[in-house]
Amino acid sequence: MDPMTVDLAATPVRDLNQALHAPEPEQRWRVRNPRGAHAIACGLTRPLSVEIDGHVGYYCAGMNQHAAVTVNGNAGVGVAENMMSGTVRIRGNTSQSAGATAHGGLLVIEGDAAARCGISMKGVDIVVGGDVGHMSAFMGQAGRLVVCGDAGDALGDSLYEARLYVKGAVKSLGADCVEKPMRDEHLTELAGLLKAAEFDEDPAAFRRYGSARRLYHFKIDNAY
Amino acid sequence: MNEGLRESATFDRATIHAIQRAAATGVYDIRGWGAKRRLPHFDDLLFLGASMSRYPLEGYRERCDTDVVLGTRHARHPLHLDIPVTIAGMSFGALSANAKEALGRGATAAGTSTTTGDGGMTPEERGQSRHLVYQYLPSRYGMNPDDLRKADAIEIVLGQGAKPGGGGMLLGQKVTDRVAGMRTLPVGVDQRSACRHPDWTGPDDLTIKIVELREITDWEKPIYVKVGATRTYYDVKLAVHAGADVVVVDGMQGGTAATQEVFIEHVGIPTLAALPQAVQALQELGVHRKVQLIVSGGIRTGADVAKAIALGADAVAIGTAALIALGDNHPRYDAEYRALGSAAGFFDDFQDGRDPAGITTQDDELADRLDPEEGGRRLANYLRVLTMEAQTIARACGKAHLHHLEPEDLVALTIESAAMARVPLAGTDWIPGRTR
Ligand SMILES: Cc1cc2nc3c(=O)[nH]c(=O)nc-3n(C[C@H](O)[C@H](O)[C@H](O)COP(=O)(O)O)c2cc1C
Repeated sequence: MDPMTVDLAATPVRDLNQALHAPEPEQRWRVRNPRGAHAIACGLTRPLSVEIDGHVGYYCAGMNQHAAVTVNGNAGVGVAENMMSGTVRIRGNTSQSAGATAHGGLLVIEGDAAARCGISMKGVDIVVGGDVGHMSAFMGQAGRLVVCGDAGDALGDSLYEARLYVKGAVKSLGADCVEKPMRDEHLTELAGLLKAAEFDEDPAAFRRYGSARRLYHFKIDNAY
Repeated sequence: MNEGLRESATFDRATIHAIQRAAATGVYDIRGWGAKRRLPHFDDLLFLGASMSRYPLEGYRERCDTDVVLGTRHARHPLHLDIPVTIAGMSFGALSANAKEALGRGATAAGTSTTTGDGGMTPEERGQSRHLVYQYLPSRYGMNPDDLRKADAIEIVLGQGAKPGGGGMLLGQKVTDRVAGMRTLPVGVDQRSACRHPDWTGPDDLTIKIVELREITDWEKPIYVKVGATRTYYDVKLAVHAGADVVVVDGMQGGTAATQEVFIEHVGIPTLAALPQAVQALQELGVHRKVQLIVSGGIRTGADVAKAIALGADAVAIGTAALIALGDNHPRYDAEYRALGSAAGFFDDFQDGRDPAGITTQDDELADRLDPEEGGRRLANYLRVLTMEAQTIARACGKAHLHHLEPEDLVALTIESAAMARVPLAGTDWIPGRTR
C-alpha cells in the first residue's frame, strides 16, 4: 500500500502531528515540503514509519517512542531530543544537540553533527557517519556515541557512563574524559552499532573514550 | 557570660564560624533552605482596611472567593484551583517518597496543585495529586513523554530564586538505588543537575521548545515558565513572547535542597522587588491576569498571600513552609537536630540526607517517620489557614474575591519597601522613585 502523504506546503504541522498521534494511525507516512518547519513528527508513540523529504527545523522526532522516522535532508537543533525508543535516521547533517538527553532508541546521522551531539544522553545509541562538533556527549550518562569522522573540542566533558567511539581525530577531550582500551567486548558492541546503522566501517579502526570517574565525588580538587 | 562582651555586627558569630569552617575544610558550605539574611519583604507592607470611603464584608460570612484558573492563554485544559496557594516543585531525591506523597495528599485535600521537581515523577505523587505540574528542567533527569502526558501542566524551569544561574546538586548519600535508577546515574555519585538546557539557548529557541511541548501534548496542557528573580521585568516579557501560559517568579528567599551558601545569600533579588516588575511587564504587554503570574520565595502566612495578590500575582507557591507544615524543624526532634550540629528552628542541612523529620532524606528508616496521610492532613490544615487568613484581610478591604485586592489597599513601612513594592510610605503619598 502507498504511504499516506502529507504536503506541509498545504497542511499545518499541527494537523500532521495530530494525525500521527491518532489512536489508529496509518502505518506508513510520507511528508513533503517540510521547509524547515519545527517539531515535525514529535511525540510519536507507535511503531509507524515516517519519511520526510526535505530539511526539517528544530526538534524533529522529539521524544520519539517506537516510530521509525527518516529525514531525506538536514535537521535543525535537537533532532530526536529525549527519544525513548525507535529509530531516527538523518540522511544529511544535523545542527547542535542532536539526540540530546535521549533515553533509548537509535539515532543515525549519515552526515555531520554540529556541537553538543548527544548532550546529556541517557541511554540512546547515536551513530554519526561524519564529524561531531565541540562538547559532544557533554554530561553523557548512558548509551553509546559512535563517530566515524572527527570529534571537536571537549569531547565527553563531565561524562558519566556513556561510552564513546571515535574513528578520526579528537580535537580535545573534556574534563574527566579519557581514552580507554578497546577490548573484545567493545569491538563486538561497536560492530553491532555500525551494523544497526548500516555503516560499512571497521570497528578495529576506532578508539574508545569514557569517564575517568574523578568528578563523581565533590571534593576540594573539583569543587569549583 | 561577661555582660560587657560586645558582638561585632560585621563579624558576628555565624560569620566567625563560617571563616573557621572554611579554614578547616577548604570547601565552601552547601546547605538547604533559602536566604537567611534580613531582606525587604511582605512584612514591610500593611493593608489599609475599609474606612469611611471603603465598605467591608462581614468576616467569615459574606462570600469571598479564592479560586484561580491557570493557563487560559493557549491550553485546552487550564487548571482550576480552589485556592491560590500552590505547592512548589521539590524533587523526589531531595525529598523522600513519603514527603512527596504527603504534599500531593495535602494539596489535593485543599484543592490546589503540587509540582514534581528534578528527577522526574513518582507514582506516589501522581497517584495522590489531583493537579500535578510536571517540571521540565535542564537536567531532564527522569524526563519521560509518558509522564509528560500524565501531567496536568508543564513547568519549564529556567531558574530558582535561591540560585539563579546555578544548576542543582544532589549529594551521593541521597543517590540511592531508586533515585539513581530514575535519573540513569551510578548509585552514590554526587550528582550535578545542569544549569543550562541542553537543546535550546535564549528566548527565541524557548519559543520553539514551547511549541514542541505543546505539539507532543496536543495543546492540552498549560505551560509555565519559572525564573529566579533577577532581571525580572525582561525575563517576564521574554517568557510571554515565548508563549508561556503562566510565569512563575521565585524570589531570592526561595528554598533549595542543596546550594552553596554564598549563592543563596548573594545572588538574585527579593520577592518583593521582583513582583512589581513582573506585573509591570505583564501590564505593558496587555496580558496581566491573562498570562497568570505565580510568585514564590518566603510565603508563610495568609497576609503574605494577600499582599502578593494585591500587588498583582494570581497565585503563590510555597516550598519551605510546606515542609515545615509536614514536620520539618519540629521541636520534638530537637535532640536529634543537636546531634547533627543544628537545632530545631535552625536545621537547613537538606543536602545531607539525615533529616530527623524524615522529609529531606532517602534513608528508609528516617523516611518512615513521616506518615504521608498524617503529613497530608497537616499540610491541608495549613493551606486552609493561609486561605482563611487571606480571606479575612480581603473582606476587611471589602473584596468579594482575593483577586480584587489591589496595590491601592497597601502602604509600606519602610522607604525600601515603598520603592520596591511601588506603594506609598505609610502616612504619606510618597512612592520613592515615582512621586516627589
Ligand atoms: C527541598 C527543596 C527542593 C527543591 N527542589 C526544586 C526543584 O527540583 N525544582 C525547582 O524548580 N525548585 C525547587 N525548589 C524550589 C521551590 O520550587 C520554590 O521555588 C521555593 O521553595 C519557594 O520558596 P519558599 O521555600 O520560600 O516557599 C526546591 C526547594 C526546596 C526547599
